[in-house]
Amino acid sequence: MPLIETLARMEAAAAGAARPLATVRHRHLSEHPLVFVPLTTSGEAGAPLGALVGTDREKPLLLAVPQPRDRDLRFAFLAELADAVLPYVDGFADGIEWEERKETDPETGKKVPVQVELCADAPQLIVPSGAGIEFVRLMGRSMRFRRTAEQDPETPYPAPPHVPLLGRWFTHFGERAQVPGSCLLLSMTGLLTRHWATGQSALEDQHLGALLSWIDPPPGVSGRAAAERAESARDAEGQLLCPPAGPATDPAFDNRLLAPAMARYDAALPGAHEELRRLVEGQLRPTWDAVWQGNDLLRALPPGARVADRWKRDRWSYTAHRDRVRAGEPPQPKRDDAVTAARKLSSREAAQTQLDAQEALDDPLVMAARRLAGEAFAGTVTGVGMAYSEGARPMPRPLVTLRTDDRPQLSEGAKVHRPLPGGKTQPAAFVAYDDPASGSLTVRLTGGMGRGKVPEPGSVPEPGEAVCWTLFEHAPRGGPERPEPEDTPWTHGGPPATEPSGDAPDPMTAEDFL
Amino acid sequence: MSVPDARLPQVNVSRDSRPAAAAPQTEQPAPKPSLRQRLTELRGPGIRPRALDARALAALASNPGCRRRALLDGAGVDKTALAQALGSPASYGQSRFALARGNSFEARVKADGGAGLLRLLHDRLRPGTPAPGDGEVAVPDLSAAGPEGRAARTALALREATADGGWTLLDHPMLAVEVAGSPAYVEPDAVVVHPDGGWTVVEIKSFPMIDGVADAAKVGAAARQAAVYVLALEKVAGHVAAGTGRPAEVRDRVLLVCPKDFSNLPTAAAVDIRKQLATTRRQLARLTRIEDIAAALPPRTTFDLRLADDGTTATRPAEELAAAVESVGAAYAPECLAACELAFHCRKRSREDGAVESLGRSVRGELGALHTIGEVLTAAAPCTPSPGGAPEDPAAAALRRAAALRAEALAAAPVAGGPAAGPVRDTDGAGAAHGRQEPGCR
Repeated sequence: MPLIETLARMEAAAAGAARPLATVRHRHLSEHPLVFVPLTTSGEAGAPLGALVGTDREKPLLLAVPQPRDRDLRFAFLAELADAVLPYVDGFADGIEWEERKETDPETGKKVPVQVELCADAPQLIVPSGAGIEFVRLMGRSMRFRRTAEQDPETPYPAPPHVPLLGRWFTHFGERAQVPGSCLLLSMTGLLTRHWATGQSALEDQHLGALLSWIDPPPGVSGRAAAERAESARDAEGQLLCPPAGPATDPAFDNRLLAPAMARYDAALPGAHEELRRLVEGQLRPTWDAVWQGNDLLRALPPGARVADRWKRDRWSYTAHRDRVRAGEPPQPKRDDAVTAARKLSSREAAQTQLDAQEALDDPLVMAARRLAGEAFAGTVTGVGMAYSEGARPMPRPLVTLRTDDRPQLSEGAKVHRPLPGGKTQPAAFVAYDDPASGSLTVRLTGGMGRGKVPEPGSVPEPGEAVCWTLFEHAPRGGPERPEPEDTPWTHGGPPATEPSGDAPDPMTAEDFL
Repeated sequence: MSVPDARLPQVNVSRDSRPAAAAPQTEQPAPKPSLRQRLTELRGPGIRPRALDARALAALASNPGCRRRALLDGAGVDKTALAQALGSPASYGQSRFALARGNSFEARVKADGGAGLLRLLHDRLRPGTPAPGDGEVAVPDLSAAGPEGRAARTALALREATADGGWTLLDHPMLAVEVAGSPAYVEPDAVVVHPDGGWTVVEIKSFPMIDGVADAAKVGAAARQAAVYVLALEKVAGHVAAGTGRPAEVRDRVLLVCPKDFSNLPTAAAVDIRKQLATTRRQLARLTRIEDIAAALPPRTTFDLRLADDGTTATRPAEELAAAVESVGAAYAPECLAACELAFHCRKRSREDGAVESLGRSVRGELGALHTIGEVLTAAAPCTPSPGGAPEDPAAAALRRAAALRAEALAAAPVAGGPAAGPVRDTDGAGAAHGRQEPGCR
């Protein structure tokens, strides 16, 4: 944990209430996110117990499986879920914009601009916690290889229509969620911990109820007291007042309420089905409300300037998967081949670098952490001396002297960058420390001043101006281009098999083994 | 799945056997009570010690610095009841669905006399011997009275199986581990004896292995548990090898059996547990120091709850109990919440003390000699308390710089000046917090 975040946690612990970790919102929040609060049956990997899902906080759709060991009931749940989620996901497919992209012409080998579709907006799924994201991935894996009767009339126990499609979308959401800064699938605990520091450990922050208590406690109660109550307070029957955010249920709920209710359902007692639905809803509803409460808190923060830029990447991701589905491509493989895995890793690394840079530029509080780490420095300009580059056509290379309290890790000639008001970046090179005691140093501007002999107005800082230089690039580029898959060197397994063998669906057995 | 319901035998709980410390007939110091007696005193009269199962031993190994846990577990104190009596009950429990699923899965794995399990084992471990044919797997009966009886029966069965030189599946054998001077009994799901005298521990877990990958944290926990079994088996193997003259070797690769994908059909993977084995061996050896921990306690310290006649209600005042618990140091970290029944109590104390570890183990790294949140915030306060010339603690300097940068950024933030912008209240709280810590600074 960076020292500045440790300090924020300690301030929160001393004050008994959360402290801000960001001054702007660093994630895109959709106007109409789809909130999905799932519950799973304890000990079973592929047996959901219930869910609340929807875009209307007042009217969530309740789905419940009265007996998770019954394959038909599980399938009915998945079918209902697909009916609730897919129209939302598809609802963004047709609102498109045109974007120009450079593509290699297969005949001439030249890069030519082409017009491609980009969806104007994209769906956004919000689950309560990190475990919820994992559950979406798991459900995606369990559904995408299923066969419907339409796909394969011979298949035993065909899945309801749309279920494999939902599996493919859930898999895509789950994969995308691994890209730093992406916003197609978000967890509320992840969102809140990005923006606030609580006075407890990161481990305890995984409890959504406790986390919200620190950030937004009920009136008259300290955040700490409210969090401890949310974690462990139980009613007279031993049930948690604040049920866990799932997908795992509380064992006391399973043993004392759910199991007897399921037994009554199995005995086909009248009213047992309704009772089960009521029980499941009772566990889900507090979490549903908590997710929306968190949503409100986050929306009160102004969005960071570069959030829209990252959301555009999410829109590209959504558009690309829409195209794959429309083209009838097979579902995502069970395991990535070496080439795909390497690409994914490098794109996630690039996204992380980009996210780190953008968050720092958007938010002085994040920049403060980078300054503390010696990766940026801010100060006041004390003098500007005009100088020119050597060569046939001398260009302006002004020397800017500034005073800073920061201790950047600079060596001579190190490149530094500064954001210009128009959104551009001005590069410079570190020259020397003039007086280490007073923090005075000089940099030489190397660009961002136009093409003329005289710098464009406003492109050279004036004495007295406050400037912030970073040692990291503002729009970091990924590493060198990777070879085409067919040129994969033998060190990396050689070219992949010509025809990727489609993954077989999971075998279905006559006995329902769950 | 394999939590043994066996309890340790009642050892030396007769209060009459207590050394006559109270008898003032001589000036000589009372004879030093044995560790076993001391641990019995700690537990309270007539209280049977809790069995230390492999899960508890593995948890102990994951927080080796905690003297409190080492002592309480070593003495066999019922930590669940203790936490309840202290007013900070643990939020543990196992769902009956998970239990039922675990049992049905284990039954399925061991069906048909273990033939399927042996096939999986042979396929995954590739021991270099021919696979067992139908009906070639011996499954000896291990039932006996009491844990010692079962442990003795298991040792005998292992000896016979090794001498026999065939495939043998031991279903739920009982093994003894020496913990702090008294035996603890642990029960693996299964042990397989190979024809070449190799022994393999089999762990059957009900978390899924999806496309050949299982949850890393759960696999780690299973491996730590298996390490306890391997340690317990090594002692028996030594005896068997000496007794039969045939090689008997406990393999350090165990077989982890899990449900495949989303079904209840078994799949398996070999897990190398050499690292866990080394850790657990070291921790268990370290546990012998329980004697030292017990010796450092104030005299007459006990964790006895003084249960009322109903056997569940503690009549001992919580403050008295808390004082007894405080007399032995704990090493609380948030990870304890998932592994120790007393964690909520220790957390409460840790938070009251303002210990920096209550925010996570990693926090300590950058804080040098600062141990409490109060100290850290004081060090971060804007005024310079260092008397002239004294070399400044680099941790304090970094903290002060961090606090100044943080305050500056918050003051400049767009929401900072606005009226109660959502939850971002009191945005100059940094300064306020410092002020509370160091009023003289203003």
